[in-house]
Amino acid sequence: MKEELFISGREIPNIDPYLHIWHWQIPIYLFLGGLAAGILFFAGLYTILGKEKEMQATVKWAPFIVPFALVLGLFMLFLDLKHKLYFWQLYTTIRLESPMGWGAWVLMIITPISLVWCASYIREVFPKWDWKFEFLRKFELWVIDNRKIVAWPMVIYAVILGIYTGILLSAFNARPLWNTAILGPLFLVSGMSTGVATIMWISKSHEERKILGRIDLLLIAIELFFITHMIMGALAGSQVMIQAAQLFLGGEFTVSFWAFVIVLGLIFPAILEILELYGYKIPIAITSFLILLGGLIFRFIMVEAGQLTRYLY
Amino acid sequence: MRYAMAIDTRKCVGCSDCVVACQTENNVPIGYCRDWVTETVDGSYPNVEIELRSERCNHCDNSPCVRCCPTGASHIVEGGVVLVTPHKCIGCGACIESCPYDARYSHPEGYVDKCTFCNHRITKGEKPACVAVCPTKCMYFGDLDDPNSEISNALKNRKHKVLAPEAGTNPHIFYLV
Ligand code: SF4
Ligand code: SF4
Repeated sequence: MKEELFISGREIPNIDPYLHIWHWQIPIYLFLGGLAAGILFFAGLYTILGKEKEMQATVKWAPFIVPFALVLGLFMLFLDLKHKLYFWQLYTTIRLESPMGWGAWVLMIITPISLVWCASYIREVFPKWDWKFEFLRKFELWVIDNRKIVAWPMVIYAVILGIYTGILLSAFNARPLWNTAILGPLFLVSGMSTGVATIMWISKSHEERKILGRIDLLLIAIELFFITHMIMGALAGSQVMIQAAQLFLGGEFTVSFWAFVIVLGLIFPAILEILELYGYKIPIAITSFLILLGGLIFRFIMVEAGQLTRYLY
Repeated sequence: MRYAMAIDTRKCVGCSDCVVACQTENNVPIGYCRDWVTETVDGSYPNVEIELRSERCNHCDNSPCVRCCPTGASHIVEGGVVLVTPHKCIGCGACIESCPYDARYSHPEGYVDKCTFCNHRITKGEKPACVAVCPTKCMYFGDLDDPNSEISNALKNRKHKVLAPEAGTNPHIFYLV
């Protein structure tokens, strides 16, 4: 049997300690994208279902967070770039093969949609709002009458955005941990869950919260299923994939992953939501905060851990 | 035309002349390099085998770095050489993540840099700097499509391998073992 005893990897002083090229900006970018996708998805969905009256926070209030989240997210992406002055070239090229590229384009499309959406509610939220220009006023009235027409592309783009946050990582099969198609759906569901958590936090209606709580329970269950699938899939893969899974099963990220993401970020909030359904009074801020924090840490861990997994060295 | 390189791991002595030659030829900033030498020790005592490998960008046929580049800064030119255009690169790091060989690095000026197969030399018919300078003459460079080229002969006569074939990138650096 041939046993590899020792490999002297590279030691290039300015490269190797941090080939690690993505730092905190990318996980925040992914988190904000997922959050925005989650809120817009449910805002659009409940409008299409004609439930605006019952789901006020979902369709009306929460979407006001979205444009800020998206712009901040894009800013995070900008901070990540090392050659910042050339940023504009992201938008002079369309390369569908590049997830970085089409993600930037999806953001460019969904941000205006979310702005139009907020504009159509702005006078309900700020009654004193005045549009100054007549055509804006007319446009607003048109959107108010035709919200369903806006809702459809919004739902579709929200799903694309949510999946994209996972595909940005899974497109890199050079990093074994990310090399799984499950990341797209997993990040979508996780993003939706953070979106729902935000809406629940804002909502004042008991009925609405109850509906959202049920949805969130379902999302958490799916998320746990996908995470199991991801780890089992890696364990059934090639040597480098198994090593990648080991990071969570005894390796460097074991504690942070299981304690913060799985237990505090998913299982514990799920228990709180179940108790809530049985009539116990649980402060919603705790549940929502845990879900949001879990989602954020999850993205940090996935980005960090993924960059540790390699084919060589 | 498909340029490729074959490196004889049995002749290489690990002197790192190729690394220095590249740094000088291509003005690589201090503390960075586009090629490097690794040492692998296989087996258990007393049957140990040492393999020295001079590594660099593999100029892959199926290059994920080119596919994932949002601006087209990473591109392929004549002969299958993979290059980066600095003024098109936004430094997003996608290509660095996508390379299974970690062949790319972020240049202190912000853009991404890596081995060019010394494109400025090979278009003039010269050899890449690393190949030209190697004191043991352990590197062969040339056109895979030409059956009589130095590289085709080297690959014909010797057992060879590529690194991380399971990554599926179809690399163009071969190691003679
Ligand atoms: S070795 Fe890396 S940088 Fe070079 S062509 Fe292959 S994937 Fe691209
Ligand atoms: S860092 Fe530069 S070369 Fe690499 S993918 Fe981004 S834009 Fe392209």
